[in-house]
Amino acid sequence: MTMQTQTSAQPAPGIASRLKGSALSSRAIGPILLGLYLCFQMLPIYWLVRMSLMQPGDIMSSSAFLPTAPSFDNYRTIFTDPAWYMSYVNSLSYVALNVVITLSVALPAAYAFSRYKFIGDKHVFFWLFTNRMAPPAVFLLPFFQLYSAVGLFDTPLAVALAHCLFNVPLAVWILEGFMSGVPREIDETAYVDGYSFPRFFLTVFLPLVRAGIGVTAFFCFMFSWVELLLAKTLTSIEAKPIVVAMTRTVSASGLDWGLLAAAGVLTILPGAAVIYFVRNYIAKGFALGRV
Amino acid sequence: MHKTQDNRAWFLILPVVILVAFSAVIPLMTVVNYSVQDIFGPGQRYLIGLEWFRETLRDPEVHRAFLRQMAFSGIVLAIEIPLGVLVALALPRAGWKSSLAIVFLALPLLIPFNVVGTIWQLYARPEIGFFGRVINDLGIGFNYTADPISAWVTIVVMDVWHWTPLVALLAFAGLRSIPDAYYQAARIDGASRVAIFRYIELPKMRSVLTIAVLLRFMDSFMIYAEPFVVTGGGPGSATTFLSIRLVNMAVGQFDLGPAAAFSLIYFLVILLVSYVFYTILQRVSAQ
Repeated sequence: MTMQTQTSAQPAPGIASRLKGSALSSRAIGPILLGLYLCFQMLPIYWLVRMSLMQPGDIMSSSAFLPTAPSFDNYRTIFTDPAWYMSYVNSLSYVALNVVITLSVALPAAYAFSRYKFIGDKHVFFWLFTNRMAPPAVFLLPFFQLYSAVGLFDTPLAVALAHCLFNVPLAVWILEGFMSGVPREIDETAYVDGYSFPRFFLTVFLPLVRAGIGVTAFFCFMFSWVELLLAKTLTSIEAKPIVVAMTRTVSASGLDWGLLAAAGVLTILPGAAVIYFVRNYIAKGFALGRV
Repeated sequence: MHKTQDNRAWFLILPVVILVAFSAVIPLMTVVNYSVQDIFGPGQRYLIGLEWFRETLRDPEVHRAFLRQMAFSGIVLAIEIPLGVLVALALPRAGWKSSLAIVFLALPLLIPFNVVGTIWQLYARPEIGFFGRVINDLGIGFNYTADPISAWVTIVVMDVWHWTPLVALLAFAGLRSIPDAYYQAARIDGASRVAIFRYIELPKMRSVLTIAVLLRFMDSFMIYAEPFVVTGGGPGSATTFLSIRLVNMAVGQFDLGPAAAFSLIYFLVILLVSYVFYTILQRVSAQ
């Protein structure tokens, strides 16, 4: 298009440039807007990175675009202080536990919902889904009491179980979508061939929906990693997650913004790594198997 | 898809039912228990029936928090859904540019909620933050700690920044499922860009967009950590949404009874609205 406009308009330069301009603008408007949007998206993150490289005094006195006197001191503090780096380990351990628990209960359930009709199936499905709608704030005190009563308070397992509240319903929902996309004939052929249900499920069926499993794991990781309220309520010292460690950076001289920013940047990295690995599935995955 | 009738399927969903019963039903029962009692201390509790519910429903603070919450959810849905669709339309369909844009786009979704709050608390400051400084340089007085309108703008822009990518990625997934043949047919018929959007792209995105509306409604209605970190519910109580109000009641003032009654009403409202969305969703995917 653009090429044609350019060549055909050669004799009249004035019109040519106008034509070229309009052709270019209609063609380029999408990418330009997208570029602007991505700038809007990345600027706050850049601002956090910028502050993480600065000292608290400089942060409070400068709004220059580039960091003043950049250094890695804040990161050094975090990597040498066990109270900081152990809180990352705590966070990662309850997120991992949550993904394992969620997938192991949600896989058979999603299979049941995608393949069978049974008494109360629709009601159970909706009831599960209602838990995704429950505001965590509603459950704060009961959770605290329940997990204290069974002796799980301040362990990663308590947070992992509490996060099942919203992750299990979502996992069943996503997996059901993916599993419904697998033709029933595969199940029937396997049973005719003499496969038992567990053997069929583990060796034939699960590999077929592995993209769905990956996507589900991604979502569980995401929602467990970003949650603050329950993680904060169910832990005190031993299992303190990073999101909570960050709320306690108050020292004698007030909040240490530089340290806080550095800790914040480090909480973005695991997510960024996960996105990088699933980048090719992410678009399909966000449709939750339902397109 | 055709499904077989088999009640033994219950064995497959039993683990989920037990787990969710443990992590949801028992705590919910505790909340119900609190909501009908007046608790003075261990061993000193009195059954008082529906008094807390009546009190909560009459509390003007709760009314205001509810209206604020409705306004907030309405505003962010009205911005995020169209913006997300536009971003999805502008995304390259394939290739490394597409992957790169998706990675950048998805980044805010994986940032912990309180870090999102921390980022915007600093980014929107008039003296030291880029966003606050640019707005003030434009000659508009902007200070989210003192001015309610600035506080609302900050919270809404933050939410748009945080969650539009979810809508965009969902819409993008819908767009990618459209076969090229549809576009070719439209080109042969000389369909305009608007017509392509209206008659090909929008119908194909309908089911994923319903999911997007459902998720965004539920999550915006429960928002807590981000506004709490940025404004702490202020200035005054200008950004005190339902969850912030609830946590203040339950943890701050330790009013267990009223907080529990409030919780149940809150939960029922979300349930009701989501049920409506859910029914629509089922109807859409049945088509």
